Amino acid sequence: MVDFGGWDMPVEYSGLIAEHMAVRTGVGVFDVSHMGDIQLRGPGSLAAVQHISMNDASRLQVGQAQYSAMLYPEGTFVDDIIVHKLSDNDYLFVINAGTREKDYNWVRSQAHAFGCHVSDYSDYYTQLAIQGPRAQETLQKLTNADLAAVKFYWFTWGTVCGLENTLIARTGYTGEDGFEIYIPSDEATSERVWNEVMEAGKEFGILPCGLGARNTLRLEAALSLYGHEISDSINVFEAGLDRFCKLEKGPFLGSEALTKVQAAGGPERKLVGLEVVERGIARDGYRVLDLSGNAIGYVTSGSPAPFLKKKIALAYVPRAFVEPGTEVAVEIRNNPVKVQVVPLPFYKKPKRASSQS
Amino acid sequence: MAYPTNYRYTREHEWIEASGKTASVGITDHAQDSLGDIVFVELPKVGDKVEKGKVFGSVESVKAVSDLYSPATGTVTAINEELTTAPEKINADAHAAWIMKIELADPGEVDSLLTAQDYEVYVKEETGH
Repeated sequence: MVDFGGWDMPVEYSGLIAEHMAVRTGVGVFDVSHMGDIQLRGPGSLAAVQHISMNDASRLQVGQAQYSAMLYPEGTFVDDIIVHKLSDNDYLFVINAGTREKDYNWVRSQAHAFGCHVSDYSDYYTQLAIQGPRAQETLQKLTNADLAAVKFYWFTWGTVCGLENTLIARTGYTGEDGFEIYIPSDEATSERVWNEVMEAGKEFGILPCGLGARNTLRLEAALSLYGHEISDSINVFEAGLDRFCKLEKGPFLGSEALTKVQAAGGPERKLVGLEVVERGIARDGYRVLDLSGNAIGYVTSGSPAPFLKKKIALAYVPRAFVEPGTEVAVEIRNNPVKVQVVPLPFYKKPKRASSQS
Repeated sequence: MAYPTNYRYTREHEWIEASGKTASVGITDHAQDSLGDIVFVELPKVGDKVEKGKVFGSVESVKAVSDLYSPATGTVTAINEELTTAPEKINADAHAAWIMKIELADPGEVDSLLTAQDYEVYVKEETGH
């Protein structure tokens, strides 16, 4: 068990590679209760959400969610979040564990001018993520909600394992299809639902998955992790999250600084994908070198990719090195090892017959 | 998993099975369990001189990379090539999956290493359970 933002969490249950493969080819379940839940309610809630998050929440319909981030005035990250529109004047932010207190204080201090009520419901929910191509079939056995009708990044309410009005979202952090459900956090209920999910997924080879697989899955999909690809010293354009940042929606926290970055021709450094060509694994914090051996950047996350069977990494490098095909090196245990810049994401889930937007 | 009593162990979690002047070296079950799925083993070369307490290779899992320390001084006489294509053999049976065989410079050196019982106590103290 490792201490993760104050939570005791297993790095792996049966084995990281088996867990990773279960999610890519069948189904896996994660206890992600460490994620925080902040609700903004009241007539000023949309204006508050628009002010403190970079995506355009005015485009959301009730029942829809969007990936977004809260930014400092400098255009750097307070945290990345998922914004759910529960109803008009009622929004739910799902935030990271390690930044929970900071996030809550930030939302409260920034939202209070807008006439909305901010509540931290993190302790009220156990969040389970059921992920993988067989996730829908697994969860469908346990709910009356029509899951096929829930599109990617939409959610619904239904009875799950006898629990009424359970929030069921088609979201996740694995690059795979899947659902996240929010159930009451008391231990007996959490354990019962967990066991019922395990039973329902049995025929699909379901495995409980730990933090290790969560990390390798999100890395294959090139999804950002706070403290690695995004932080209070990295801005949105550097992180390559432009498509979730809607400068055209009007001023918001961070927009002025980002407009300036854009006007100056874009960021000096950018996040790129690397594939290690030679032997070795580029790990977090390792230096990126040019072919003459000069340090030009650093690895933010790196690991063998269990599904792709490649050695991949995300890294910050200067603009001149971002083109796919560019050769650079990573200093692996004092040796420069050749790596190649590759397009992101490393892994993209195959298109399925049941189309999702 | 039981630690073979005819092996000796290091605090860096290697085992050595010595017979006369020759010995096999691998990593312990506790080591493979802590590392998780092993994806790469960096082997020495036949003929390399290895020194007690010095690095002779590394094992890499999905989670981490870890140096291998030689339990004794000697010369490498064989390496387990199978591990280059099937490193997971170490996870499957760490005490059977030898990494290198060496000719010992001083067979008496092995006697100073931990016995199976010592090692088990050491692991318990290190992990707290």
